Amino acid sequence: MKTDNLIAMLSTNVERVDRGQVERTISGAIGTGSAIAFVAMLVVFGVRRDFGDRYAFIFLALKLVFTVGVVAASTLYLVRLARPGTEKTRAMHLATFPFIVMVLLAAASLGLAPTAHWKRMLLGDQWLECLVSIPLIAIAPFAGIVWAVRRMAPTDLTRAGMFAGIVAGSISATGYALHCTDDFLPFVALWYGGTIALCALVGARLGPRLLRW
Amino acid sequence: MAASEAELRELMLAGLNGGSAAHRIFLEQVSRLLRGYYKRRLSSNGKGASEAEDLVQEALMAIHTRRHTYDRDQPLMPWLYAIARYKLVDYLRKAAPSFANVPLEDAAAVLAPDDQSSVESAYDLRRLLAQLPEKMRRAIECVKLEGLSVAEAAKRCGMSEAAVKVNVHRGLRALASSMQRRGEHEDG
Repeated sequence: MKTDNLIAMLSTNVERVDRGQVERTISGAIGTGSAIAFVAMLVVFGVRRDFGDRYAFIFLALKLVFTVGVVAASTLYLVRLARPGTEKTRAMHLATFPFIVMVLLAAASLGLAPTAHWKRMLLGDQWLECLVSIPLIAIAPFAGIVWAVRRMAPTDLTRAGMFAGIVAGSISATGYALHCTDDFLPFVALWYGGTIALCALVGARLGPRLLRW
Repeated sequence: MAASEAELRELMLAGLNGGSAAHRIFLEQVSRLLRGYYKRRLSSNGKGASEAEDLVQEALMAIHTRRHTYDRDQPLMPWLYAIARYKLVDYLRKAAPSFANVPLEDAAAVLAPDDQSSVESAYDLRRLLAQLPEKMRRAIECVKLEGLSVAEAAKRCGMSEAAVKVNVHRGLRALASSMQRRGEHEDG
């Protein structure tokens, strides 16, 4: 085929392209993924019962600020990665900010506590449940986000996959936070932060295969 | 003649607003830039003009079917160059994984035009079209090859206008990905 013939075909009856398709498609996938993750969490675990307790409420709010903060910051970066040529315009520092704050808070709270309490503060009651549930519930939002990003034009597939993993993992962690009654900050930093990092790792590995175009 | 960022961007924006004539000039200008880029890059890997033309066409398909990813407030060249480079890296990786180290360069320096468009690629449009699902193939034939309006094509194919548009859109995407897969098959 001659290139002129291809150009003739592509430029016949050209359709208008709406603005903001990238943002709409990706946020649509994130919204749907969040809804599925939330329903899955409700069905499997149910919401924690001690909302009325003031301390429980404060800790729940802290966890949500952390996980929703990660969702927001990493979504911004994911949208950039979905568009060729804009990846390098702003660094990914923003996405690491919530993690750094959480780790500092966790370190401070360990520092203030006697060493004898450390084990309990780090492992809580449900570390295993947390470790298994967050990545599992993240599968649904991850699939949706991959579907959306494939429609765009990511050129750094490893990094795009990694951020797809971070967004999915933090959506899942947001849902799980509504159920989880382990409120120690070191627990949250280790098991929430750790499982989101695990999702990032898996996403980075799968990116080049799933996102290729 | 090398097109400037400002000229190309204006043509791209007009194309995004549905201007067929502007889009055609845009693709012609871009194909020259791509040809210059791919020829230079491939000759250092011992490949010829025909492979370069395969890549030019694959990149044009990508640029056309993914033009919604261009942010209208940003400069155009980095967007074009990122796609051109991505397609080159993908191609070299398919051909021989050790070739995949493509240096990052300044977009403006990389895109120097080459006008020789007489070379044919290895892609056969008719054969690629024949592999598409019936509806997509018919929609593309009517709207993109015969140049019928969407309304006329809808009548001819017995589909709604919306269905014609969707099938053209999906069909082009499917063509783009079968072009990409074809290269893979050939080179192992």
